[in-house]
Amino acid sequence: MPADRPALRRAEPPVAPDAAAHASLRFIRDTMARTVAFTAVPGWGGVAMGGTALAAAALAARQPTASDWLTVWAAEALVGATVAALTMGHKAQGAGVPLFSGQGRKFLLGLLPALLVGVAVTLAVYSVEVVQTGDTYARQGVSASLTLRLLPGLWLMLYGAGVVSAGMFSVRLVPTMGALFLLAGALALLAPAAWADGFLAAGFGGLHVAFGLLIARRHGG
Amino acid sequence: MARLSTRAAVRPAQPVPDFDAVVHQRVRLGILSALVAGGATSFTDLKTVLGLSDGNLSVHARKLEEAGYVSVRKRFADRVPLTEYEATAAGRAALDMYLDQMETVIRAARG
Repeated sequence: MPADRPALRRAEPPVAPDAAAHASLRFIRDTMARTVAFTAVPGWGGVAMGGTALAAAALAARQPTASDWLTVWAAEALVGATVAALTMGHKAQGAGVPLFSGQGRKFLLGLLPALLVGVAVTLAVYSVEVVQTGDTYARQGVSASLTLRLLPGLWLMLYGAGVVSAGMFSVRLVPTMGALFLLAGALALLAPAAWADGFLAAGFGGLHVAFGLLIARRHGG
Repeated sequence: MARLSTRAAVRPAQPVPDFDAVVHQRVRLGILSALVAGGATSFTDLKTVLGLSDGNLSVHARKLEEAGYVSVRKRFADRVPLTEYEATAAGRAALDMYLDQMETVIRAARG
């Protein structure tokens, strides 16, 4: 039984009415925040994130340089994060409870470390592979670069790790989706570099759309 | 050092309001709070969020339903039966009133 329930058992010593009232209010607030965190994963938001990722994959595949390719995916990451924040915030606002309190904060803390590692690795790769060598050469020429080859798989795996970790506090579909991201990332690491955009489209596009639809149907938009 | 009387410590400064017996119960209060915050919520999700057994949730949800505080909808999702609960307008009003009463108790204690 969760420890954050108000102590109302008859065997316990009597408490002052205002202390019991405080405990009840705290219980209501915690329950609301926990529920919002549990069900706030945006189904339709996930579909929208998947849609923008599919568009980004199509656009990225046409980019002539590694710099342009990275720029497209960096922009997509920002767009996806914005869509997620807006749709989750919208649902929390509708319920009249703060999203990032209690379990909501745990969700964010579970997701954030993996995302920050992804940003740091990407910036390091950008610095070494693009800035120092110039960003005008053809992407095909640098696709043999090991660090650039590893990026798509690392992105998928890091995102999957974050979703699995954060999803422990959410509906079961969320950690399941995270596990599939891990699988997609592992396969991307082993696949030829030319398949990178395909894996990113399947992961950030396909998985988001598929699980977004499932979540929207089963747990609300 | 004089000992403080426990009775004096817990004596209310003002009469405690009459609470709605349906809402003034830990499990039902949790169910209603979760439904008001989360909207329509499935039986399985409610059970997980509140850490309740199937039987416990069923019994208390039935009492809330009988009071008209929650509505129940049964449907199929991917051929799997899905029971969803949702707070009614009366349920939201009952929770609002309960919150007001709690705040009244706290204000009264502060004098």
